[in-house]
Amino acid sequence: MLSRVANSIYWLNRYIERAENVARFVDVNLNLILDLPNQSMAQWEPLVVVTGDLALFQERYGLPTQEQVIQFLTFDMNYPNSIVSCLYAARENARSIREIISSEMWQEVNSFYFLVQQAAECGQEVDLNQFFQDVKLASHRFAGVMDATMSHNEAWHFGQIGRLLERADKTTRIVDVKYYVLLPSVQDVGTTLDEIQWMALLKSASAYEMYRKRGRHLITPRQVAEFLLLNREFPRSVLFCSRQMQASLYRITGTELDNWHTGVERILGRLCAELEYITIDEIIQGGLHEFLDHLQVEFNRLDDAIFRTFFAVNLDPVTHGIN
Amino acid sequence: MNFSNYDPSGFYDEWFVRKGEPRPEVRVLVERINQFPPGELQQRQQAAQAILMQMGVTFQVYSEPSQKERIWPFDVIPRVVNAQEWAYLERGLKQRIQALNLFLQDIYHDQKIVKDGVIPQDVIASSQGYLSACQGLTPPGGIWCHITGSDLVRDHQGNWFVLEDNLRVPSGVSYVLENRRVMKNTFPKLFRMLDICPTDDYPGHLLETLLNLAPAYLDHPCVVVLTPGVYNSAYFEHSFLAQQMGVELVEGRDLVVVDGYVQMRTTRGLKRVDVIYRRVDDTFLDPQVFNPDSLLGIPGIMEVYWQGKVALANAPGTGVADDKVVYAYVPDMIRYYLDAEPILGNVPTYLCWREPDREYVLNHLEELVVKSANESGGYGMLMGKTATPEERAQFSEKIQQFPRNFIAQPTLSLSRVPTIVGDHFEGRHVDLRPYILHGQEIYVHPGGLTRVALKKGSLVVNSSQGGGSKDTWVLAGERSC
Repeated sequence: MLSRVANSIYWLNRYIERAENVARFVDVNLNLILDLPNQSMAQWEPLVVVTGDLALFQERYGLPTQEQVIQFLTFDMNYPNSIVSCLYAARENARSIREIISSEMWQEVNSFYFLVQQAAECGQEVDLNQFFQDVKLASHRFAGVMDATMSHNEAWHFGQIGRLLERADKTTRIVDVKYYVLLPSVQDVGTTLDEIQWMALLKSASAYEMYRKRGRHLITPRQVAEFLLLNREFPRSVLFCSRQMQASLYRITGTELDNWHTGVERILGRLCAELEYITIDEIIQGGLHEFLDHLQVEFNRLDDAIFRTFFAVNLDPVTHGIN
Repeated sequence: MNFSNYDPSGFYDEWFVRKGEPRPEVRVLVERINQFPPGELQQRQQAAQAILMQMGVTFQVYSEPSQKERIWPFDVIPRVVNAQEWAYLERGLKQRIQALNLFLQDIYHDQKIVKDGVIPQDVIASSQGYLSACQGLTPPGGIWCHITGSDLVRDHQGNWFVLEDNLRVPSGVSYVLENRRVMKNTFPKLFRMLDICPTDDYPGHLLETLLNLAPAYLDHPCVVVLTPGVYNSAYFEHSFLAQQMGVELVEGRDLVVVDGYVQMRTTRGLKRVDVIYRRVDDTFLDPQVFNPDSLLGIPGIMEVYWQGKVALANAPGTGVADDKVVYAYVPDMIRYYLDAEPILGNVPTYLCWREPDREYVLNHLEELVVKSANESGGYGMLMGKTATPEERAQFSEKIQQFPRNFIAQPTLSLSRVPTIVGDHFEGRHVDLRPYILHGQEIYVHPGGLTRVALKKGSLVVNSSQGGGSKDTWVLAGERSC
C-alpha cells in the first residue's frame, strides 16, 4: 500500500485516540476536584506537565487555573494536541484516504468532528461532563465501526498500531499524573484521600471496575501501577497494547514471530519482552517516574522507526527494498 | 403535483410537444407522476438530496473562502433521450473524437492540416494548450484523448450542437453514477417499466481503456489515479473513480522517478506504475518541463513518458484541441481527416482575432455570449443579454486588447426539461455532457451528465454558478445497452 495512505490511517487513529485520552485526563480531574477539601490550583498543573507542553502553556496562559487548563487542552485551536485540533487533524487524514476506509468510518469521523466543533463554539458554557463523555463514546464508536466495517488488511493494521501506540503512551502519562499529584503530599499516603485519588486514576483509564474484578480488592499504589502497566488482559494496559501492536506489526511485515528483520520489530520486541518479565517491585525500586519516562522514550523511538521503515521510503535504489 | 398546468412553450421542451401532449418516450413517466399523491414527489426529492449529502457527494467552489463542501443540487425529474436520438449522438461523437484524435497526432508531428491551409499556424502557435514539449511524441497506440466530455446543447427546434469539447481532464462522471444510484431508490417502479441503459459499467470501461495503454507484455499492469489532492474541487470524483476501479489514488508526492521508471512509495518500498489516469493539468505534471513551481507534479515524469515507460491519460498536449478558437475548426477537421460531413454540428462561432468577426462581436455584444478561449467552468464569460453596460464595456476593452483570447457565440435558446420548483413544475434550461472513452475502440457511455440552470431564465448550468444536475435516461429501444 501507499506510504502516504499508511501514514494517514496511522495518524487518523492516533489523533482519535489522543482526543479520547485528553478527555479522560480532564474529566477525571473535574470529578476528583469535587472530592477534595481545598480546590487548589496544584490539581490542574500536573495535567499540563504530563503533556510535556508546560512551557508552551505558561507562555500563552500563565497560571494553571481550571478554566485555563481546560481551554488549553480541549478547545485551543492553536495547541496541536487539544481535542479540537486532534479532531481537525483526524478528519483531514480521513479525507485524504476516503477511498481506503469504509464510508461508515468516514461518517463517524465527520460527526465526531462536528460534535467537537460545536462544543468549541460554545466554549466552557457546554456541559463539560457530558461533553467528555460524548468524546469518549465517539472514539469508541469509531474504533468499533473500523473493526466491524473495514477489512483487516494492511491498512487496518497500521491503524491499529497508531491507536495502540497512542493508548499505551497515554496510559503511562495517566499514571504519571498521580506521581505529580502525590509528590507534594507524602503525608497523605494511605489516607482516604489517597485512596480516592488512586480510584480516580483507575477511572480515568476506565480501569476501576476491571481492577476490582481481579479479586484482590484493596487499592494500593503498587497494585494500581502494576495493573495499568503490566496486566495481560486489560485493553488499556501498556503490556496489552504493546503485544497487540506486535501482532499487527508482524501481520504487516510477514516476519516469523521468533525473528526480527526491521528496526521496528526489534524495538517493539524488546519492549514487549521487558514488560512481560519485569515485576512491579523492580519498577518501583528503580523509580516509577523514571520507568514511565523510559517507556515514553521507547514509544518515541518506535514511532520514529515506523516512520522511517514504512512511511518515508528510502530512494536509494540499492537499499529501497524493505522485505 | 402534476403536469396539467406545465407550460412548455417558448423553447424546445424535452418532455412535451405542446401543453398537455407529452413526447412518446416520456408518456409513461408523465402518467405515473400525475398519479402520485400530493406531496409525494417533493418528499422523494428531499430524500434523494439527503442521500447525496450522506454519501458525501460534494464539491467545493474555488472562489469561496469558506471552503465548505456542498452537495450539488439535484432534481429528480430526469432528462430522457430516446434510442434513435441517442444512436445519432453516438455516431456524431465517435466521428468527432476520431477527427480530434487525428488532429492531435498531426499537430504534434507534420502539421499537415496547417500546411494545407485548413487551420492558420497562428491559431496553433498561440494556443495555451499547445505544448511544444510534446512535438514529435506518439502516445501508445497513437491515442491522445482517452477520456473526453463534450458539452452538447439543443436549440429551439431541438437540433443538437456541440458547445465545447473537454479533452483535458473532464469531470462530472461521478455524479452520473451517483445520481443514477439515487434515482433507482427514488423511482424503483419506473426503472422496471422502462428499458433504461445502465450507467454502472463506466468504471469498468474506464479501467479497460487505461489497461489498453499498458505494454502488452505486462501481466498485471499497475494503474493509478493521480489527484492534485483533497483541496481540489473534484477530489470526491478522483477518490470515487479510484475506489470503483479498485486502483490506488495517488498524489504527486507519492510518485517518484527512479531507475527510469515512475514508481510509487509504498510501505514495502518502491513499486512501478505503468498507467496514470491523471486529473492534474498538463502544465503541473512535470516541474522540470513545465511550470517549475508545481508541487503537484513529478520531476522527470515527462522523460519517462517519452521513453514509453509510463502511459498518461489523457496525453499531455490535448489542451490544444480544447481551445475555444481551435474548436471553431473541428467541422473542417472532420472534412479534412475523415473526408466526411460532420454529423454533429458546432454552434456558430465568431473568432475575435479575425477582423470582420471582431467588428461584428463588438457591435452585437448584447446578443452574444463571449467566452475566453482557455477558461472553463463558466469563468471568464460574458452573457451579453443579461450583463450590465459596465460589464460589456469591460469585455469590449479586453477583446480589443487580447483578441486571440476571445470567441463569441449567439445566445442559444437552450432546450428545457420540467424541473421541480416549489410545489409545481417549471421548464429549466439544460445541457448534456456525455463521456467518450477512446480505448481500442471509441465508446460513448449511454447517458452523461445533464446540467440544469436552476435559476429562472438562466442559461448558465455550471456547478460553480448556480447550476444543478439531473439523471439522464437513455432508452434502450431496439438495441441492448
